[in-house]
Amino acid sequence: MNTETDVADKLSEQVTTFLAEHDPVTTDRIEFLRARFDAGLAWVHFPVGRGGLGLPPGLQPEVDARFAEAGAPDNHPRINVIGLGMAAPTLMAYGTEEQLDTFLRPLWTGEQIWCQLFSEPGAGSDLAAVATRAVRDGDHWVVDGQKVWTSSAQNAQLAILLARTDPDVPKHAGLTYFVCDMTDPGIEVRPLRQITGEAEFNEVFLTGVRIPDSQRLGAVGEGWKVANATLNNERLAIGGGPVPRESGMVGVVAAAWRANPGRRRPDLHGRLMELWVESEAARLTGQRLRQKLAVGQPGPEGAAMKLTFARLAQRLSGLELELLGEEGLRYDDWTLRRPLEVDFLGRGPGYRYLRAKGNSIEGGTSEILLNIVAERVLGLPPEPRVDRDVPFKELAK
Amino acid sequence: MTELNLLYTDVEDDLRRTVRDLLEDRLDPSAVIAMYDGDRTVVDPLWKAIAQDLGLAGLLIPEAEGGVGASAREAAIVCEELGRAVAPVPFLTSAVVATIAVAGSGQELVADLAAGATTAALAVPFTTAPEGPLPALVATNGALTGTVSSVAGVLEADVLLVPVEESDGLAIYAVPVAGTTVQAVASLDMSRQLADVTLDAAPGTRVRSDAANSVRAALRAGAAMLASEQVGVASWCLAGTVGYLRERRQFGRQVGGFQALKHRLADLYVGVESGTAVARYAAAALAADDSDSQVATAIAASYCGNLAVTAAEEALQLHGGIGMTWEHPVHLYLKRAKTDQLAFGHPGEQRRRLADLVDLPFGSTEAGESQ
Repeated sequence: MNTETDVADKLSEQVTTFLAEHDPVTTDRIEFLRARFDAGLAWVHFPVGRGGLGLPPGLQPEVDARFAEAGAPDNHPRINVIGLGMAAPTLMAYGTEEQLDTFLRPLWTGEQIWCQLFSEPGAGSDLAAVATRAVRDGDHWVVDGQKVWTSSAQNAQLAILLARTDPDVPKHAGLTYFVCDMTDPGIEVRPLRQITGEAEFNEVFLTGVRIPDSQRLGAVGEGWKVANATLNNERLAIGGGPVPRESGMVGVVAAAWRANPGRRRPDLHGRLMELWVESEAARLTGQRLRQKLAVGQPGPEGAAMKLTFARLAQRLSGLELELLGEEGLRYDDWTLRRPLEVDFLGRGPGYRYLRAKGNSIEGGTSEILLNIVAERVLGLPPEPRVDRDVPFKELAK
Repeated sequence: MTELNLLYTDVEDDLRRTVRDLLEDRLDPSAVIAMYDGDRTVVDPLWKAIAQDLGLAGLLIPEAEGGVGASAREAAIVCEELGRAVAPVPFLTSAVVATIAVAGSGQELVADLAAGATTAALAVPFTTAPEGPLPALVATNGALTGTVSSVAGVLEADVLLVPVEESDGLAIYAVPVAGTTVQAVASLDMSRQLADVTLDAAPGTRVRSDAANSVRAALRAGAAMLASEQVGVASWCLAGTVGYLRERRQFGRQVGGFQALKHRLADLYVGVESGTAVARYAAAALAADDSDSQVATAIAASYCGNLAVTAAEEALQLHGGIGMTWEHPVHLYLKRAKTDQLAFGHPGEQRRRLADLVDLPFGSTEAGESQ
């Protein structure tokens, strides 16, 4: 107990010293961020020399809060979600010293934005069916294929890429993981318009894209394992500090209820209160999960959290439309836009209703997540995998 | 403000282990099934073991008054384990509700409750919500008259705690059960059998004046601790069903491998995790006397009441024919869950109360409506 407090106190002192030595107001933004990285205060759970201090991840929110209080510039985390949440921990787990030297600091400072080239038209839930080919050419790889659902592709300098390097072995065994340069002339990014009218994602076409072998992450054929390290980090992204009551969609709907006394009906009130209670249950479940993570009891509850989040967002946003009556029938704007960050709550009720439909599809469909919970948490038998031992090239496409 | 701890501490885990070991050792499900045929022989020795031998009757009573001086966090653990075993003991009705009703009154009764020497029950219908109406009984010179229906825990009790509205406010009278007429009721849940109680000038002692807050606090604690019991019920239903579906084979496969069933169980797991979080929050808030405690209790009561029923109904369906049999214990959990759902205020009533607490009222002054 005392040692934990000591660690937190020492960290707090380090933040104080850093802020005293680097005026957050007058220091150049990038210089400030680079210095914060070098001081190990970027992500304290990373190793010393890699932006961290080798401390528990639970100590990070307090550090972030201290910097925010001091008016320090942040690294625009919302426009580099893939880089910070997925590429960085994967680099940490599989990257060479040289790769870490090259990529980590500009990733954290936001000087380089990352995107993710995983999903394909023929590889959605079945991600291991990725067909984009990477063929060796001396000390380079040449990549051809098509990726989809790539957010920030138009803004990114780098990408994490999953590609097939060996079609003669079963699908999981023939994949390799790369860091891909998004400024390569063989990359073409096209906006992918969604039901909301906007194009939050892109299709990415890769034609003769050249990647040096030094940008391979993990061994040839080990891509599936590396990709799973990436995807597992998606769950940890829940992290962060305490979430106040009525955050998110439930807050929007509660505000609409309070603001529209004339539209209240008993059936709507019943549904509102049920969803309010379920939202609190989800919030407290998340709080409990964070407390578990903080004492080093990571569990598989992340999948459960995402299931609940999607259901609640969908039911609440539907209720909001009904509650608003005539006003709910007006849509703010169908113009094609290409936002750099997602805000499920931004814009109008119609947008919220439509965008929430994606919550149960993106990042693992609810049906796949239920399989994961059933198999990995409850120990129920796995789904039959008829393609597991068949060479990729022989699979029916 | 520090965040309430929603995890189980090591001490709480030890307590859980102790209670679970005792129940595994001393309570066979067949003994609970026998209660539906009128055989209640399991109750007294089991309650004595829990109340006196483990000393849990005095869990919520301060050490100065002869108790253990623990908090709602620990009581919630006991309730969880009792729910997991559908244990037929009056812990909730005596060691939680009746105890809180008289806690701090300085009466000898409190020490007797702490020692497990006396078991008490609050004389209100089991469905009484924390803010709900109380039965109307009359006290004349210490003689009480009136009837209370569907009281839980009275069959196991020596003393009835009777709220009486008097000219100077609500009072609580302690009435020996022996001086009343107790009519046991054939109950949906015979592991917590209800009784109708008639008092006909029954001699009682006024043990607390100005007792409205105490009675409401007792009922709220009942609702909060019941949520943990419901989590215990739901956890058993989930674990028991997962276990059975891994064993059971049809069409040459483990039934638990069928995706339709896997998904239902995964959904139930999500519910049990959430139920655990809200019940823990309610217990922690109560233990800390947190300003959010009433909201926390209403959330937990609303959520866990429905969760336990869903879990028991899913367990029954997913067990198939065996779940419909008298021998299989799953029906014990369904009967407990459905009864518990109505106890201390139905989830709908809890949500209506919650709506006022969190400023989401139905009432619209413009439309002149109120609820």
